[in-house]
Amino acid sequence: MLLLTAALLTGCGDAMVFDPKGPIAAQQKDLIYISMLLCVVILVPVLALTAYIVVRYRDRKDSDAPYEPTWSHNTKLEIVWWAIPIIIIAILAVVTVRYTHALEPSKPIVSEKEELVIQVTSLDWKWLFQYPEQDIATVNYLYIPEDVPVRFELTSDAPMNSFWIPQLGGQIYTMSGMAMTLYLQADEPGVYYGSGANFSGEHFADMTFFATAVPQDEFDAWVEQVKSTSEPLTVEGYDELRQPGTSHVQQFAGIPEGLFYDIVTRYVVDGQNPHAGHGASAPEAEEASDSADAAEHGHDESHAAH
Amino acid sequence: MDTIKQFASEFFVTGDPLILGAQVSIGLTMVAIVFVLSYFRKWGWLWREWLTTVDHKRIGIMYVICSILMLFRGGVDALLMRTQLALPGMEFLHADHYNQIFTTHGVIMILFMAMPLMFGLFNIVIPLQIGARDVAFPFLNSLSFWLFFWGAMLFNMSFVIGGSPDAGWLAYPPLSGLEGSPGVGQNFYIWGIQISGIGSLMTGINFIVTILKMRAPGMGLMKMPMFTWSTLASCLTIILAFPILTITLFLLFMDRYFGAHFFTLDAGGNPMMYINLIWMWGHPEVYIVILPAFGIFSEIVSTFAKKTLFGYKSMVFALMSISIASFFTWAHHFFTMGSGANVNAFFAVTTMIIAIPTGVKIFNWLFTMYRGRIKFTTPMMWTISFIPCFVVGGMTGVMLSVAPADFQFHNSYFLIAHFHQVLIGGVAFGFFAGLTYWWPKMFGFKLHEGLGKWAFWLWNIGFYVCFMPQYFLGLDGMTRRMYTYDFDMGWGPLNLVSTVGGFLMGIGFLFQVWQIAHSIKFMQKDTTGDPWDGRTLEWSIPSPAPLYNFATVPTVSETDDWWATKQRRAAGVPDAPAPALEPIHMPKHSGIPFVMSFFWFVAGFGFVFDWLHFVIPGLAGVAICMLVRSFQYDTDYYIPVDEVRRTEAALRGGKA
Ligand code: HEM
Ligand SMILES: [Cu+2]
Ligand SMILES: [Cu+2]
Repeated sequence: MLLLTAALLTGCGDAMVFDPKGPIAAQQKDLIYISMLLCVVILVPVLALTAYIVVRYRDRKDSDAPYEPTWSHNTKLEIVWWAIPIIIIAILAVVTVRYTHALEPSKPIVSEKEELVIQVTSLDWKWLFQYPEQDIATVNYLYIPEDVPVRFELTSDAPMNSFWIPQLGGQIYTMSGMAMTLYLQADEPGVYYGSGANFSGEHFADMTFFATAVPQDEFDAWVEQVKSTSEPLTVEGYDELRQPGTSHVQQFAGIPEGLFYDIVTRYVVDGQNPHAGHGASAPEAEEASDSADAAEHGHDESHAAH
Repeated sequence: MDTIKQFASEFFVTGDPLILGAQVSIGLTMVAIVFVLSYFRKWGWLWREWLTTVDHKRIGIMYVICSILMLFRGGVDALLMRTQLALPGMEFLHADHYNQIFTTHGVIMILFMAMPLMFGLFNIVIPLQIGARDVAFPFLNSLSFWLFFWGAMLFNMSFVIGGSPDAGWLAYPPLSGLEGSPGVGQNFYIWGIQISGIGSLMTGINFIVTILKMRAPGMGLMKMPMFTWSTLASCLTIILAFPILTITLFLLFMDRYFGAHFFTLDAGGNPMMYINLIWMWGHPEVYIVILPAFGIFSEIVSTFAKKTLFGYKSMVFALMSISIASFFTWAHHFFTMGSGANVNAFFAVTTMIIAIPTGVKIFNWLFTMYRGRIKFTTPMMWTISFIPCFVVGGMTGVMLSVAPADFQFHNSYFLIAHFHQVLIGGVAFGFFAGLTYWWPKMFGFKLHEGLGKWAFWLWNIGFYVCFMPQYFLGLDGMTRRMYTYDFDMGWGPLNLVSTVGGFLMGIGFLFQVWQIAHSIKFMQKDTTGDPWDGRTLEWSIPSPAPLYNFATVPTVSETDDWWATKQRRAAGVPDAPAPALEPIHMPKHSGIPFVMSFFWFVAGFGFVFDWLHFVIPGLAGVAICMLVRSFQYDTDYYIPVDEVRRTEAALRGGKA
């Protein structure tokens, strides 16, 4: 078993989580190593002690090991092994609390560069990525500029899912009726695997995608290329897209105004036909965007109350 | 004719050779059972001796049999999944089929395998261990069992009739709502669990009262055997946790059936509420099943190291604090739901705190063996192998509890490896150990040790081969519940290894079945009642125990009272004179639990298909059973002294 573990550990360097390509994933890797180390500090002595006791005190005829059938209490020893886990856990708890605040997913990544916003919607069974500033959208693939903080705003127009690009950082749920925020950044160009991590029904396994990080000028060129070679996404087009089914990669030059906020709020607006929001004009979209903020806010509050 | 055809094709699950095979074999098995029972004229025997029994020992045996069958079903599910995942791009199961299988696998293993195996051991052991003649409420006990039985039947039926649930073992909405799962599978899930869950709740109440009220004179709380303590801790957790499950599933039912909006967003409901509620039950649930395993290990370690359990008070304190703390950690199952840093930090720390008493227990077991004389019997081997396995599983649990790190582990194979390590290495190994340990008490003969060791090694090696690679797969980005993956991901080799490990455990299970069959055929009757040189009261009476357990209720003076008695006898101190025999007060058999639970099943079936012509008779049947029982006054009887004397003489070979 130890051999097996050792064999695995040597191979661990290649695992996505241990091969981070961005600041968030890198800190998470450090944290994983810290917690692993603290665990190993206890694990190794306990395993050694187990082996020793089992071998030494096995029942043999000529055993010279002491035998004390009624020895069942020793205050000092018991204090020691209440203390050991308490100390280790206390250290880990302090580290954890620090990192929990540092790595709060909605906390912006500090950078001189201006952040890029990508609006993510999990659908049955595909991902829609909207780039509101560039006014383009893609399905099942992502392009991001390297070294630029990306602010993902995430929601779902299907059963909840979870957006995860292991080499860039940990996952976050996508849920209908609310917009979550996740900051990630790629430090170097590359193609990074991403997936929907939370089971969402029949073709859940097909919700994988690749995020390609490129230098800024290539990114800009890509945006231009999308704009010049694709059709825009229309409201009707989105309605088709959200029908259950899998999809190849797609791209769109242009997105309906306020689509993301319509998706978020279609679930929270009371007593209204959920489809009435489509094709909303500009002022309405602004209103909707307000209530999306409200939804997000309410979400935080409802969690605080747990 | 066409409408009938149409109906049949919707009612029965059709179109898959695997399922067709299952339907045919289920049909044939039923015919075979009916034939055998009729041919040997065993219907009356079955009804009188088993279906209507209120004897805790028999109820315990029925629980054990059911859970072994469920282990088989859940195990086949597991191997089907592992086969599908063995190679990238495998086309053995379709996505929808795979989704059903992992859902039923999870539900069956936790609720219909681990829980009943645990209840079986409670039933078989607890009254004997505390010197009682039965549980506090024997009728209720039988009702609990039959509710579990018919609930499990209802759930398992979905495989061949109507279609299985496929929204995961905790059925998160909106996927499990009417829109996400329009079929009847999710209804089977709700009603199967609901009906058996009521049984679990009643068992919890029953054993709390039994332990608190029915202990032999002299057995103060701090003299109770550790398994009894762990049962108490587990049952307290049950009575606090299961009502949450019942309500949660009831609300889900309201959503699906009456179009309520507790968990749908359209009219102000909230699916996050469900996720919170289900884990407020779900996390305590995993401790409900592990605590008794801790108790079992404590008994076995002390018996086979021939030493008093080390740190009794620490152990008790650890058990009780775990059962309380388990209610304050639930949100660690969804750190990624955006709860904010403070909430996540809080739940991360509470989760880590649970690891402290758990770790202390490990040290106490180790130091029970220290300066002992360890005998490597199969129950002891399961116990020893549990220690490293659980330490590693606990460590990865602690790693998962580090909230920001969990963002990278959550929903991945790392998580799968963690909980299988604690559930197989802890719960399953623990219950296997307990089953082998108390088997002679149940049936009067030991299980074959050689075959048991084969099973032991296959399970252990299989476990590591299967699950260690999964930690790595998780870190390499493989998420749980995907039915297939691309060759390019490079996950193929480790998955293949993992599948091999799965099949090794499968062979281990076959060895256990062989072990049982072999032992029944070639058993050597144990005449002592105490084949392991045990320490607690259950070993002081003949095996299998007579109907009334103890001819005279023992008086307890020490923690390991039977051990102390044996020590006194060896030192030549004569036993205190046994008090005179008295007539023994016993509960009468009753068919009502069986019938009433069957009516629950009928009603549940009606709810599943929305058929009032089943719901109404079902609920009416339940009500009538309750009425009939309320007006039954003739529910108990006395076993006369003569009969007790004769039984004891026969069982103890003349030295009554
Ligand atoms: C040292 C004690 C333990 C700690 C610190 C711990 C921690 C955790 C954490 C943090 C998770 C959530 C991970 C995630 O979803 O990302 C988890 C999941 C789980 N744990 Fe543990 N755990 C411990 C012991 C146990 C035990 C004793 C059992 C069962 C006997 C168990 C069964 C499970 C199960 C079934 C799940 C996941 C269920 C699911 O998501 O489907 N754990 N554990
Ligand atoms: Cu938990
Ligand atoms: Cu939320």
